Amino acid sequence: MSGVQTFVDLLAGRRDAASLASRDWDAVIGVARAEAMLATLACHLEAADLPPHVASLFADQRAAAKVATAQALWEAEMARRSLDPAGVEFVLLKGTAYAAAQLPCASGRQIGDLDILVPWHDIGRAENLALLDGWEWVKQDAYDDAYYRDHMHELPPLIHKSRDRMIDVHHTILPRTHRVTPDALALVGDAVQTPDGFRILNPADMVCHCAAHLIADGDLQGGLRNLWDFHCLTRDFSAADPGFWSALDRRVAMHGLGAAVHRSARLARDIYGARLPAGWDRHDPTDIWFRRRLLARDDWGRATHFFLQQAFYIRSHWLRMPPVMLARHLWTKWRKR
Amino acid sequence: MRHSTRIAVGPVQFRIGSDWAAPIAALDQLYANYPQDDARPADATVRLFAARPWRRWLRPSVHIGGDFVVPDALPLPLSMGLLAAEMAMNLQVALGWRRHMLLHASAVAKNGRALLMSGESGSGKSTLAALLGEGDWRLMGDEFTLIDPASGDALAFPRAVSLKNEAIAEVAARVDPARLGPLLGGTPKGDIRHLIPRPEAIAAMHEPARPALLLFPRFGGQTAVERMGEGEAFVRLTEASTNYVAMGEAGFAALTRLVRETPAFGISYADSAAGMALVEQLWDEALR
Repeated sequence: MSGVQTFVDLLAGRRDAASLASRDWDAVIGVARAEAMLATLACHLEAADLPPHVASLFADQRAAAKVATAQALWEAEMARRSLDPAGVEFVLLKGTAYAAAQLPCASGRQIGDLDILVPWHDIGRAENLALLDGWEWVKQDAYDDAYYRDHMHELPPLIHKSRDRMIDVHHTILPRTHRVTPDALALVGDAVQTPDGFRILNPADMVCHCAAHLIADGDLQGGLRNLWDFHCLTRDFSAADPGFWSALDRRVAMHGLGAAVHRSARLARDIYGARLPAGWDRHDPTDIWFRRRLLARDDWGRATHFFLQQAFYIRSHWLRMPPVMLARHLWTKWRKR
Repeated sequence: MRHSTRIAVGPVQFRIGSDWAAPIAALDQLYANYPQDDARPADATVRLFAARPWRRWLRPSVHIGGDFVVPDALPLPLSMGLLAAEMAMNLQVALGWRRHMLLHASAVAKNGRALLMSGESGSGKSTLAALLGEGDWRLMGDEFTLIDPASGDALAFPRAVSLKNEAIAEVAARVDPARLGPLLGGTPKGDIRHLIPRPEAIAAMHEPARPALLLFPRFGGQTAVERMGEGEAFVRLTEASTNYVAMGEAGFAALTRLVRETPAFGISYADSAAGMALVEQLWDEALR
């Protein structure tokens, strides 16, 4: 059995860690590292019966993840100290939000950049405040800068000059030119507060964003991690609130994200063994391409299925902007190579 | 991958895959006497690969990767495959290892106490460690030294020593030629030849040693010794550590303890003999 299949089987609970031969772990660890999910696996298997060297490596990963989570939350605190005094309200997104809310999917989850959402009318002020407090532009290129500002859902990325951490300031959750335009005002307006006073998306919106990020934006690189988020979020939200799936239905319709959220749910079922309610438990023959793309890794952690990767790469651009604009964009990028 | 091998250096078990046979054969030769545990799962994966399929044969060039990849790292010609392997192994440890604080430092030990030498490449830390390791010291490593945050002890990472330029002749004159790897000429780092540590050093690679002396060597110029304050040693070591930030509070505690408990000196020396004499002198004073 392939390493990536064993890896998802371990996460899904279809396979007992004790049943792996010692050397099977090579591929599992290699794949988990390539997906930036080794600490996630380590947390998931904390109580499992593991070979001693694997147990030590996993203990390292859990300890390191605790430090990394604290550092990510510190970045959120830095953003708060920068934006709050000026009255710019922001909502934490993705990994930092899961950590701030202490959701189960946050344990071991790698957090790269700090992602925040601010209302569109505050985006200029948010940028100025960040620049005053030590964040700097990463992209020096005028075209890239203009591209972000005119077409994307976020400012050009900023990096903090002394802490060396990136912040992505979003004003919505999909590119402005995308075929789907979620209701950004509702995302901010209906955000909820964590005990520490951070604002995060409400459960249904959080799931919508997760699915939008996984399916509607990008080429599914690192998709297993986003899908794991989706799986854990829906599993835990529906366990806490029996009305969650119908609340999700309503929000999904409002944001126009039905296809992405339903597809994510089916993939979470197929790959991580998620249990879905009646209206969600459907079948779509095109899911097979998404499953193949998500599981496209060999036992050395290398990406496989080159043409499938390319196809998803092209698809991500196709969704992101209308054809004429896409042609112009690719032409400009190609000439600048 | 087509060709692969497994190597354990200190606490790290590597699996190394390659598109070519030659780098693996060269590694197997250098690491033949290291302990082998084929059943042990790998902590780190290293890959040596051709960026395009035809580059396997046509002007073959070795890209380095594995668990961690540096996107704009330049490939090396296949004749330098061994250097590529060494760089790739270093890269995986530098970016991936979390159990210990990693110092970019060489180390040797005597009677269970360790001497750590930290410096830029060209400072002579590798050469000094290699030469001391041929005397009555145990070579712990020429590139990385690991600090256990719980005990404060130094742990060895005795990979094959990477001798460069003038150091090659100096060491080659003193050791059995069977302990030397092939000469890699004209690499981006100059001429390189690997030295297999002495069997005792390899056999003792899991034995921790408490740090007793911390040196910051500088090759060239008049012999000079300057006592270094805790603050300066601390700052220099944060810069010499690849995972200090990622270790968080544990890294801070380990490093503070190290600089408080270990006397530190900056030293300058004109040649290896002067450097070794200085080391022995400071060692005797530190342990008095």
